[in-house]
Amino acid sequence: MEFLTVHSPALVVAVPLLAAFITPLISRIGNKFRDTVNVTFLSFAAFLMAVLAVDIYTSGTRIYTFGATVPELAIPEHYMVPVRIIFQVDGISIFMGLTTTVVALAALVYSLQFVKDETGQDRFYSLFMILYVGMVGLEFTGDMFNMFVFLEILSIAGAGLASYRVNLADAVEGGFKYIVISAISALLVLFAIGILYGEYNLLSIAALAHNMQFTTLDMIALALLGIAFVMKLAGVPLHMWAPDTYAVAPAGITPMIYTSSAASMYALYRITFTLYGGHFDTTAIGWIVIILGVLSMFIGVMMAIHQTDIKRLMAYHAISQSGYMLLGVGVGLAVLTDPVALAAYGRDAMNGGIFHIINNALYKGMLFLTAEAIFFRIGTRDLNRMGGLGHNMKWTTIFFIIGALAISGIPPFNGFASKLLIYESVFRFNPLLSVIAMFVSLVTLASFTKVFYSAFTGPEMSAYKEVREVPKSMLIGMGVMAAAIIFFSIFPGLVVNTIVAPATNALIDQASYINGVMGAVP
Amino acid sequence: MMPYIPYNIPFVAVALLMGVSLFIILFKRNLIKIIMGIAIMGAAVNLFVVALGYRAGGVAPIYTSTPEGAMVLPVPQALILTSIVIAVSVIALMLTMVIHTYRHTGDIDAKKSRLLKG
Repeated sequence: MEFLTVHSPALVVAVPLLAAFITPLISRIGNKFRDTVNVTFLSFAAFLMAVLAVDIYTSGTRIYTFGATVPELAIPEHYMVPVRIIFQVDGISIFMGLTTTVVALAALVYSLQFVKDETGQDRFYSLFMILYVGMVGLEFTGDMFNMFVFLEILSIAGAGLASYRVNLADAVEGGFKYIVISAISALLVLFAIGILYGEYNLLSIAALAHNMQFTTLDMIALALLGIAFVMKLAGVPLHMWAPDTYAVAPAGITPMIYTSSAASMYALYRITFTLYGGHFDTTAIGWIVIILGVLSMFIGVMMAIHQTDIKRLMAYHAISQSGYMLLGVGVGLAVLTDPVALAAYGRDAMNGGIFHIINNALYKGMLFLTAEAIFFRIGTRDLNRMGGLGHNMKWTTIFFIIGALAISGIPPFNGFASKLLIYESVFRFNPLLSVIAMFVSLVTLASFTKVFYSAFTGPEMSAYKEVREVPKSMLIGMGVMAAAIIFFSIFPGLVVNTIVAPATNALIDQASYINGVMGAVP
Repeated sequence: MMPYIPYNIPFVAVALLMGVSLFIILFKRNLIKIIMGIAIMGAAVNLFVVALGYRAGGVAPIYTSTPEGAMVLPVPQALILTSIVIAVSVIALMLTMVIHTYRHTGDIDAKKSRLLKG
């Protein structure tokens, strides 16, 4: 057990990677066997993630240095700075890791039946595992260049999966948009890394933060990193790719790509809070994040109202919900240097924003899955051609209702819990922002009511008489997410205290992140 | 003061390449040209990082057989090797997507290939 705990940060990346590369081999034995192996490997990774989480919540940040004699030894003897690649897993990293893992498990189980009749399944599962590895690596790494590599890994895998159904022309187009955006943003990140390396001769995030001078060059690097990650997380005004890619990606993949956007959001927070934290005018940068958030919220939901393609509509809502996370954490960033305000409402705002990440990954992911369940059965995403599906697809309808109520922030669902935290704390920062957030929530409810009425209610349509409920594995995939949503809805306080508050602390407490690596250096 | 002029030439080239690539990506409509723009941008970034590691009169950083004197920095070169490999795979993936787009629509004009909009 001790061995597992110590090596879990590396294993949680290595195990799915192994699965990815043996998948093409073992699928020669049989598809059933391959599916079993993949689910087993991902479950094992989830188990490792749980072991790691328990360790981190009991004994603090865990460091894993690749190639060192002792994994905790970040700085080799006779050196003053870390030279090896480090995985540094703290509260926010493990929070993102848990989110990713839950979504990946549900999406994998869902995909088992969904891609059953498609060709190229072994490549689908390979890329799926690589996408998971890319996200977890991005969330765990403590090294700037490593962050770039994992960003590219998740981009390539994500783009390949988004255009998995190459027989559909729009799928290729959506995938192409995603890879172009990803390639540009990754190159911007590499450029920024070059600037930082040229200045400090360092790549480790902790060591860079320790030596940060905040010169003009650093400001340029911050701007480049900011643009790159906002592009990847689909914040307005750089959101153009998201509706296209989310709409065309196969069902299990849309939640995964959406979660990878959340991973990019984590990278943005890591850069602003940990790498640059305290060196810049946090109020100004905080306001920039807040304005980005409000724009995303408002424009996203306004674009969503008139959509007729169900997945495109949900994709615009996904952009809009990202706005809440940016708003909550942006308020925390704006008052970061003001201890009174931080204690009074900044911390709660950040709790709300971070709690919203996992809530949203769950209910948004589930809504995408229900949308694709409909597409799976009736072959269209056009809302105008749907109707009366509630008669035959009872479970899908129930899951859709849960997701729609949660995303609209209706009590007692988990969306309400995180949104309430945001409303209350943001109201004390600036009442207008809170009013906008509530208005957006109302419009969201209206929009999902429209979807519910046009897709599920009404008389049974003659064209869809033969429509049946989706296969079991797809129901299980959605059920996993629904169970998590219901759990989060019943115990929001427990969840906030155990996993969200440590994440917030990890972001605010820059010194302990630096000390985790640079502790030995005076 | 002589060395200053040759020192800066790579960075001027980086700026030029960056400008060209951004122009291509933003204003060209042919998908192949967009891919070329991204390739040029990648080249600019790679050149930038490698040029950062250059030391005047430095020798290749092979530790087992170095003569006396300054070495150029090995780390940027290692980083860029990784980045080049990644760039190749990204460009290969983009080109396959363009081939599929061409098969579906018979065109590689970004303005005409607009199945997704609104």
